[in-house]
Amino acid sequence: MSSIQPDGECGAEQRERLLGIEELRVRFPGAGRAAVDGVSLSVRRGECLGVVGESGAGKSLTFLAALGLLPEGAEVSGRVRLGPQEVLGLSERALDRIRGRRVGVIFQDPMSSLTPHLTIGAQLAEPIARHSGLGRRAARARAQALLERVQLPDAARSMRQYPHELSGGMRQRAMIAIALACEPELLIADEPTTALDVTLQAQILALLAQFKREQRMGLVLITHDFGAVAGVADRLAVMRAGEVIESGPVAAVLKHPGEPYTRELLRAAGEPPAAQPPRAAGADGAAPVLSVEGLEVRFRYAAGLFRRRSWRALEAVTLTLGAGQSLGVVGESGCGKTTLTRAALRLIRAERGQVLWLGQNPAQLSARRIRRLRRDLQLIFQDPLGSLDPHLSVEQLVSEPLEIHQSGLSAAQRRERVHAMLARVGLEAALYARRAHELSGGQCQRVGIARAMILAPRLLVCDEPLSALDVRAQRQIRLLLAELSAEQGASLLFVSHDLALVRHLCERALVLYLGRMVELGPTDALFARPLHPYTRELIEAIALPDPDLQPARLAKVRLGEPRRLEQPGGCAFRMRCAHATAVCAERIPPWVSAGQGRWVACHHFSDWADDMLSG
Amino acid sequence: MLGYALRRIAGIVPVLLILLTVSFFVIRLAPGGPFASGRALPARTRAELERLYGLNRPLLVQYGDYLRALAHGNLGPSYSMRDETVAGLIASGLPVSAALGLAALALAVLSGVPLGVRAALRRDGALDRSLAVFAALTLALPSFVTGPLLALAFGLWLRWLPVAGWQPDTPRDLILPAVTLALPLSASIARLMRASLLEVLGASYIRTARARGLGRARVLWRHALRPALVPVVSYLGPAATYLVTGSLVVETVFELPGTGRYLVQGAIDRDYTLVMGMVLVYGTLTLLANLAADLIHAWLDPRVRHEPL
Amino acid sequence: MPGSTRACVMNRSERRRPRAMVLAAALIAVLVLLALFGPEASPYSYSALDWAHLSIPPGLTAEHWLGTDSLGRDLYVRTVYGLRLSLIIGVLATAVSVLIGVAWGTLAGWVGGRLDAWMMRVVDVLYALPYLFIVLILAALFGRGNLAVLLLAIGAVGWLTLARVVRAQTLSLKRREFIEAARAAGLSGPQVLWRHVLPNLAGSIAVYATLMVPQMIVYESFLSFLGLGVEPPRASLGSLINAGARQMLTAPWLLLVPAGVLIVLLLSFNILGDGLRDVLDPTRR
Ligand SMILES: Nc1ncnc2c1ncn2[C@@H]1O[C@H](COP(=O)(O)OP(=O)(O)OP(=O)(O)O)[C@@H](O)[C@H]1O
Ligand code: SF4
Ligand SMILES: [Mg+2]
Repeated sequence: MSSIQPDGECGAEQRERLLGIEELRVRFPGAGRAAVDGVSLSVRRGECLGVVGESGAGKSLTFLAALGLLPEGAEVSGRVRLGPQEVLGLSERALDRIRGRRVGVIFQDPMSSLTPHLTIGAQLAEPIARHSGLGRRAARARAQALLERVQLPDAARSMRQYPHELSGGMRQRAMIAIALACEPELLIADEPTTALDVTLQAQILALLAQFKREQRMGLVLITHDFGAVAGVADRLAVMRAGEVIESGPVAAVLKHPGEPYTRELLRAAGEPPAAQPPRAAGADGAAPVLSVEGLEVRFRYAAGLFRRRSWRALEAVTLTLGAGQSLGVVGESGCGKTTLTRAALRLIRAERGQVLWLGQNPAQLSARRIRRLRRDLQLIFQDPLGSLDPHLSVEQLVSEPLEIHQSGLSAAQRRERVHAMLARVGLEAALYARRAHELSGGQCQRVGIARAMILAPRLLVCDEPLSALDVRAQRQIRLLLAELSAEQGASLLFVSHDLALVRHLCERALVLYLGRMVELGPTDALFARPLHPYTRELIEAIALPDPDLQPARLAKVRLGEPRRLEQPGGCAFRMRCAHATAVCAERIPPWVSAGQGRWVACHHFSDWADDMLSG
Repeated sequence: MLGYALRRIAGIVPVLLILLTVSFFVIRLAPGGPFASGRALPARTRAELERLYGLNRPLLVQYGDYLRALAHGNLGPSYSMRDETVAGLIASGLPVSAALGLAALALAVLSGVPLGVRAALRRDGALDRSLAVFAALTLALPSFVTGPLLALAFGLWLRWLPVAGWQPDTPRDLILPAVTLALPLSASIARLMRASLLEVLGASYIRTARARGLGRARVLWRHALRPALVPVVSYLGPAATYLVTGSLVVETVFELPGTGRYLVQGAIDRDYTLVMGMVLVYGTLTLLANLAADLIHAWLDPRVRHEPL
Repeated sequence: MPGSTRACVMNRSERRRPRAMVLAAALIAVLVLLALFGPEASPYSYSALDWAHLSIPPGLTAEHWLGTDSLGRDLYVRTVYGLRLSLIIGVLATAVSVLIGVAWGTLAGWVGGRLDAWMMRVVDVLYALPYLFIVLILAALFGRGNLAVLLLAIGAVGWLTLARVVRAQTLSLKRREFIEAARAAGLSGPQVLWRHVLPNLAGSIAVYATLMVPQMIVYESFLSFLGLGVEPPRASLGSLINAGARQMLTAPWLLLVPAGVLIVLLLSFNILGDGLRDVLDPTRR
């Protein structure tokens, strides 16, 4: 099975080798097969090894074993050498001289990976003091210098802050600083960007690439994202079910994958958008399926004992979606995408603005009529498991909408419809009696889709339906969604932080930034010639699985943590914008048409739009 | 942090006032009165006494009087034990009760926390398994069962310790009662400590700390113990409530001259001022214990301080 | 597969759980049967005095096989009678608590906002008070020997914890996407509550109710122990233990028999409750 060549045959390379893993096996008692099954890998100084595979492939375990950090009860065999030293079987005490000093680690979730009750400064100075023997003050000085190197905007302040007071991107930077505190020879980054936004992902990856270059350390980048690997890694190993099935220089593997599995993963990651499936166009003059005008949503929070304040999560959003059309909504985390879907479906209260469903204003309808209209407006959720009631079986879950909205059906008729729908979304009969927690993420999402589509709705709203799934499941679900919505002629409102994904599914895309619309237009045009600086930033941040292009694109990413404005007076984007001028701080840019169905909110877009639109 | 503490302390006063008010009127609602039950007093003497203590005046006026006296630190005379003031009775009983409660608390914390830590670190070891049995047993047993059983075993059969009674100069008298009171508390604390430490040790920030090569001891002391103590500290409030009611039983079982007996007897005798005094003392105690628990919690976990009340 | 990973994180004591749980359930069944039919199956009555047999120690061959008290009353009958009373009070008081607690908790959690803040403030305040103390005062003032008052007083104590638990769970359920999914699917508020919220609460309510029964029995025994519960010549386990403790020098069986029954009863309920929690807790599945 293993197509790996033993590397490091000549003496010079042997000396360069930092980490050598040979025939590593990790097994949990009671489990059927080994979680890591005979893995051999090596990392050299100044080199980045990318390790790619689906969740559960054993990527993390392989490298945790190298640090003696495996969960209790795991049985390990094989050889793991750090330089000339064998690591497996070392005492805890000997391991502590390696961990943090010679090998640094960054874990996936920066929120839960930092000790909540200690300040960033304390957590950063701790390993420095321990491993380098520096005094308290010297250690803290070095800690602060490190925070500056990872581009935290206000390092002195961050030293005194607790993890929960930092944003996700800032926390991940702090994690990197801690891992690099003692200038380790080897850095293991375990899914360092998975929990982050596209733009932040690009920044963190660029930062890692920079450190690798400057410090000539070895870097292991564990990820499921080929784009990340293409930009940073020199060599690549693909893992599946506890084994390395393919490895080699990154360009070679990405361009000429040997294994069918690698090809499948790559296809799922880098597929060019297919031609949009033909949709049943709505009759002219028919009311749009959904129209939203001037929508504003505020959230209230307690500021002190008695005071309550509110802030705008969504402001002046206007859109129309005709029958059979598809619209994508993109933007970074917290920009109000979810809020928009909930307010459009009247699941949360809007402060201002009007929503029309199929031409009717629900604000003027009775609660009963509203509930009846809801059968035509269905929602698919981000968290496939969380959106299914844990105590109901798959069959019960899918039949509930029928029980509510078509109570005239007999039990047999209902069962027939449910089974037909379940078969349509590709679920086998063996699964019908299971509960949600007995299904995989992809299967859960299929149930969610069946539940939404069984009433043949006119509008399907999808809130990041793919972001919790692995690459292959993402592709399958994406295709299923496209097919089904086209088949039933449903309009599609598709929310995602991933611009590339929206391109697959939607004719038009709307970009949101901090609750405001910044750009709207046909997806292809938007991609080819973004008019708003923020849209451009989003597109540049997309990680392409192309080893020729991606390193250069990554090198262009600006590293600094974007500072957010508390109360944006003018253009909300101006603190991050390279084109900002005095006007931008004074007036909110108007929402104007740029022709060809494109709209944008930027004072200066015409400066570059003309050459772009013509050229 | 200081602001948080002040706000919480200010919050106690109204609660205490409500408690006192409700108690005041509820006690008066009960049939009978201090001079009506049991004793055959001539009607004239009774009226005389009631006039003397102001019991014939409207209830609201009496309530006002009581609060006014209370503001001056005066808890009033006892109705059932003539020539005694409530403050005097409490002053004579409280040292015993307080010594008992504090000894039990100290015993429970000092045994429970290390036991729980040890059981978590050696999961499934001998100590861990015995802890499970010990906890199941002591938690199921109310102190009015363990008390007599312990007295039977250690006092009568083994003759190691005094069974009952109280000489102010021999702390040995306090051992059995304090152990009786501490047993279930110690078991709860050990169980809480074990569970929360296990959870914390599984958290990914502990893995991160280990990955920095900080060493076992430092990871445990600096990164794991503080968050693991949070549930134990939160339990301090319920523990205080338990101690208050538990001491009542233990004092009865071991015939200790604490304040516990005043409450039941006072209520049966309709000794209004005495019951109010007890409500005040024990109410303040439990409220303060809850407050202390919250403050320590806020100190342990910086995230709490920012939460709106 | 989730099943296999669960197997490897389960420790020994957890694997032993089901057996202990079955044993506990069986013991409870036996005790309930005893309480139901025990008193009538004996030739003696709980209040009948037998001057010929005062303070007889237990003996299998004797007329009174668990012995008699200082008034010559048969200890077996008195114990099973006390068991009956303790169980009745325990179960009814639990029912009262569960009713109040679930209603209070779901209402606060579901409606949210100001009502929730206000309702939980009430619970907080009551929680910080030495509630058993207040029950004690109430019982001393109104309830000596009055079963109904006793029941209400004890039941009024237990609902606080349950209300908190139920509210917290309702709140977290409400935030779960499947509730939003149900609303988006066009279910009305009561439909969502009935079809999705309550079924998901049922497990933990069952666990808490099981764990509350022994607590309520303890409270009742506690009041009886202090002489505030059932009036003699009737007996509950608490009053029997109280009487036994006074004579433990001369007749230790008077303490050991009812105490033993109470211990078995409480332990069984606790083990059953803990076991149920492990089985029903969805995060452990
Ligand atoms: N119930 C709420 N109360 C207060 N603030 C909220 C609430 N729900 C959302 N927000 C805030 O409103 C803003 C917009 O949130 P929203 O969930 O719409 O973002 P999003 O674009 O969907 O982000 P993501 O990509 O992370 O899902 C965020 O800053 C969020 O923190
Ligand atoms: S309005 Fe100004 S700040 Fe805003 S995007 Fe345009 S150029 Fe940048
Ligand atoms: Mg969202």
